[in-house]
Amino acid sequence: MPEQLLQFLVTGITVGSLYALVGLGFAIIYNASDVVNFAQGEFVMLGAMMAIALLSAGFPLPLAALLATLLTVLVGLLLERFAIEPAAGAPVVTTIIITIGAAILLRGVALLLWGKDFHPMPAFSGDAPIHLLGGSTLLPQSLWVMGVTVLLVALVRVFFNRTLLGKALLACSFNRSAAQLVGINVRVMLRLAYGLSAGLGALAGILIAPITFSSYEAGIMLGLKGFSAAIVGGIGNPMGAVAGGLLLGVLEALGAGLISSGYKDAIAFLFVLMVLFFEPTGLFGHKAAERV
Amino acid sequence: MRLAGFFALAAGVIALPVLFPNNYFVIVVGIAAGLHVILAVGLNLLMGYAGQISLGHAAFFGIGAYASAILTTRYAWPALLALAAGLVVAGVIAWLLARPILRLRGHYLAMATLGFGVIAHVIMVQATHWTGGPDGLTGIPPLNFLGWSVNNDLHGYGVVAAAMLLAIWLSLNIVDSRVGRALRALRGSEFAAQMLGIDTSRAKTQVFVASALFAAFAGSLFAHQQGFVSPDSFNLTVSVELVTMVVLGGLASTYGAACGAIALTLLHQGLVVFEDYEMLIHGALLMAVMIFLPQGLFVGLSQAARWAWRTARGMTP
Repeated sequence: MPEQLLQFLVTGITVGSLYALVGLGFAIIYNASDVVNFAQGEFVMLGAMMAIALLSAGFPLPLAALLATLLTVLVGLLLERFAIEPAAGAPVVTTIIITIGAAILLRGVALLLWGKDFHPMPAFSGDAPIHLLGGSTLLPQSLWVMGVTVLLVALVRVFFNRTLLGKALLACSFNRSAAQLVGINVRVMLRLAYGLSAGLGALAGILIAPITFSSYEAGIMLGLKGFSAAIVGGIGNPMGAVAGGLLLGVLEALGAGLISSGYKDAIAFLFVLMVLFFEPTGLFGHKAAERV
Repeated sequence: MRLAGFFALAAGVIALPVLFPNNYFVIVVGIAAGLHVILAVGLNLLMGYAGQISLGHAAFFGIGAYASAILTTRYAWPALLALAAGLVVAGVIAWLLARPILRLRGHYLAMATLGFGVIAHVIMVQATHWTGGPDGLTGIPPLNFLGWSVNNDLHGYGVVAAAMLLAIWLSLNIVDSRVGRALRALRGSEFAAQMLGIDTSRAKTQVFVASALFAAFAGSLFAHQQGFVSPDSFNLTVSVELVTMVVLGGLASTYGAACGAIALTLLHQGLVVFEDYEMLIHGALLMAVMIFLPQGLFVGLSQAARWAWRTARGMTP
């Protein structure tokens, strides 16, 4: 039993890292624009699909990953410019539906480009599993996922806490008009946020594609889980989203292993519902006063 | 005057099979459109009037359908009784969920309803013993009123059309009732509505249950009409499509929701030819309407028409 638990934990942290990256993207966009971007999962899918397409066109892996990430960042910028900016100040329901529309549109484009099939991607450094104590194993790709996630989260932290640009973006999330008054170009910051979270999503997609494969629909569930991570962590709290993602991933893996793998999505969402019912601002969110 | 639109719609519903006799396509699309109208009108009560989003409404549609399917095929209940049981089950679930869910606002509410929809769908797929799993249930008998069985498409069309008109009439009355006015106040500002002495959580619970009942009703009709159900008809995509219908037609307008439902049904039929482009067009349409006509296609266009009419009348003394 203990070695099985270790195996579930390894799987959970791998998947959880992914949810953490997607959730981090949600939190960054939410902070900058008060919009929950339902197309976040599609960034993940686009990153993976474009990397796969570039690989099969003969590009080496690092270049394919870089190009796929940059192209996804471009998609994020276009989304901000042509869908979010024109609807500035719209009610929550409106922005939710706009980003859902964007998600369906991107999925439709992916369907046209790559069809309905699942596309495989070779692992970054081989498929030979690493044996841990007690018979549980770890794929080298899982190490890539965890390692890059730790690196990216650390970079995002440094960006927000140590750089002028990051602090300017943070200022926008506290109070946009005040930020504008001290000379921050809010519009540029908004684009930066969309670009950053599209890039994070794309990298997450490229990291996980060798384990789960990818298809035009791959972004739906990942997006929802990332959103759940952001909600569990207290929306708009980037490090809360990371913690929420890891927690969700581990719970899901334990639920799948100990209860039933078919019900794993139900278990994850039941947990989210329970968090919302009993701690409606998330586990790590601050209790903000409701503005009337 | 208030019911002019209602009578026009009823006339159209009756005219359709007369104008296209024995046209299988018109009848089948008509049935699909009618069911979508019931769903959209119900969801509009919640979204349009009370201003609460639901991204899991397909779950209630599915609860109605599966209640009918399971009770008639496994327990040989009469169809009407199964329909009633579906309404009771959906109503009770909605009532239990309403308080905790509707305490949430904005994105949190979107997440919670979405989670509920996903959980319901997973149960439909996984509880094979009850629901038949991914393959669903077959052999559901048609509806039966005191020995008159709805066993051909034209009769089915008649029943769905009647149910649709009933749903629209109910919705118009709910909106104009005391509860309807409370809901509109609530949408403007929940805080202000409370200050006026409106029990907002009670009003929200009532409208959530009402819209779940509309959806379960449509679900039962759907199950008996099709003769089979499977989880694919009740997934997240369907929930999003229902939201699209309401938004497309125009929030806070019963006729708007009905028009949105009919328009999207026709669009789907029209796009069958361009199967690969359907998703792309669906997404682009959703975005375009929300960005350029946030009050919806039907409401936006009818406002423009009213404005044009007034200016035209103003110019000719």
